[in-house]
Amino acid sequence: MTKIYMDNASGNPIHPVIVEVITPFLKECLGNPSNLHQFGRVASDAIQVHRGHVADLINAKPNEIIFTSSGTEANNTALKGIAAAHKKKGNHIIASQIEHFSVLNPLKSLEKSGYEVTYLPVDKYGTVNPNDIRNAIKPTTIIVSIMYANGEIGTIEPIKEIGNITKEKGVIFHTDAVAAAGNIPVDVKECNIDAMSMSANQFGGLSGTGALYLREGVRILPFMEGGIQEGGRRAGTENIIGIIAMGKAAELAKSEMPQRMKKIQELRNQLKEGILKNINHVCVNGHPTNRLPGNLSLCIEYIEGESILLFLDMQGIAISSGSACTSRSLKASHVIMATGVDAALAQGTVLFSLGINNTADDVRFVLEKLPPIVERLRQMSPLYNQNK
Amino acid sequence: MQYSPKVMDHFANPRNVGEIAGADGVGEVGNPACGDIMKMSLKIKDNVIVDVKFKTFGCGAAIATSSISTEMIKGKTLEDALKVTNKAVAEALDGLPPAKMHCSVLAEEAIEAAIDDYLKKTTGKGLEKKKAHKHDERHEH
Repeated sequence: MTKIYMDNASGNPIHPVIVEVITPFLKECLGNPSNLHQFGRVASDAIQVHRGHVADLINAKPNEIIFTSSGTEANNTALKGIAAAHKKKGNHIIASQIEHFSVLNPLKSLEKSGYEVTYLPVDKYGTVNPNDIRNAIKPTTIIVSIMYANGEIGTIEPIKEIGNITKEKGVIFHTDAVAAAGNIPVDVKECNIDAMSMSANQFGGLSGTGALYLREGVRILPFMEGGIQEGGRRAGTENIIGIIAMGKAAELAKSEMPQRMKKIQELRNQLKEGILKNINHVCVNGHPTNRLPGNLSLCIEYIEGESILLFLDMQGIAISSGSACTSRSLKASHVIMATGVDAALAQGTVLFSLGINNTADDVRFVLEKLPPIVERLRQMSPLYNQNK
Repeated sequence: MQYSPKVMDHFANPRNVGEIAGADGVGEVGNPACGDIMKMSLKIKDNVIVDVKFKTFGCGAAIATSSISTEMIKGKTLEDALKVTNKAVAEALDGLPPAKMHCSVLAEEAIEAAIDDYLKKTTGKGLEKKKAHKHDERHEH
């Protein structure tokens, strides 16, 4: 059966080179990296080398990288840990309405424990206005948390401008870069980022591994308490294999980034143009140009996203959908809604997220299979009037 | 979340799709904000549903519950058709994931709305004891 994976926003396939790199470590007796014997040293040396690769990817120093179990843990650690360490200074946090749930839900819980959160709106492209951030900052503001890029609609936020504002105002700038890091160039120094969350499976590493970049000097209380791993900032024996995979994936992502971006963007554009040419009543979500290379988020009118997803799956094509029915909450995506898309239209949201494994044949296959599926569902839909 | 093979069968090969020209009763329930709208049209002869067709905007479960409920009421008297519950619809599909149970409620309500429309047209008044609308309660708007 055909297998076409266009759901890279949910997680990437593991890069074949990574499999080769981690295999010898899986076969070897690895000690606990905290131990001084030779087995422990092998593990701690490997972690140090690969910590360096992750740091290099984003222009950070190795000691500024804290490995975590996921991007979600990195977001939780950053928001809760920095808020707790800066409680004396203030209790106000600024975020956008389109943050991932691993930012929004920790913020909700901080609100319950006495913090105040301002959720900034976005424009129709999903872009945060840096002036809104400037205007929202007050003496009690301690953190600004704006995602680097939105994995659902692809929009890249004006991170450099935001970093300039937070630096000038003396506020800590956290960015959830899970969708961005490893896929587009990210430079924490150039953008004055104080804390940044990343996830390995967004650029070819293993799921279950993430990292938090924390600029030297930024105070944080550990989210996970116990031993003194990760400089006392994240307890728990390190995920050695995951860290090695993340480091190697970071090294590859950095060296191959221009070619990868060019290839993926070309395929994405072919897919977009093909769909817009062959199917009417379709709109593209997110920013027209300032977007992640592999992201194609569409609203297909008169039909519902999950049905499209299921029919494509029967053809061997994997995508995701932002419709209410696909989510467990039975609500349409908060991201799509924040961009002002009509509620009914938002139900027809589908996301094609392309990656390095996709080919021009994949795009051709999708372009062949999608139009009849859309037509079939429209014929079934009471909202669709054929005369339109 | 996984659908049963029966749900997937009714989703991929839905029965009785369409609209009946000159239908005797038509019911449309749900709303686009919830992500599903079901429109059911009936042809009724001597108090029996002789034909039924549906159109649905919605997820896999919404299409499957629409499809199977048309099969469940075809050939039934109005009284018997009204006895088809959302639970029976879900059971006929070998179960639905918990988050999708509301789709079966929608099917029950579509049947009821179509019969209500028929009664209004023929007798001037609709169903006496209309069941409470369960579907909308399940959503926050």
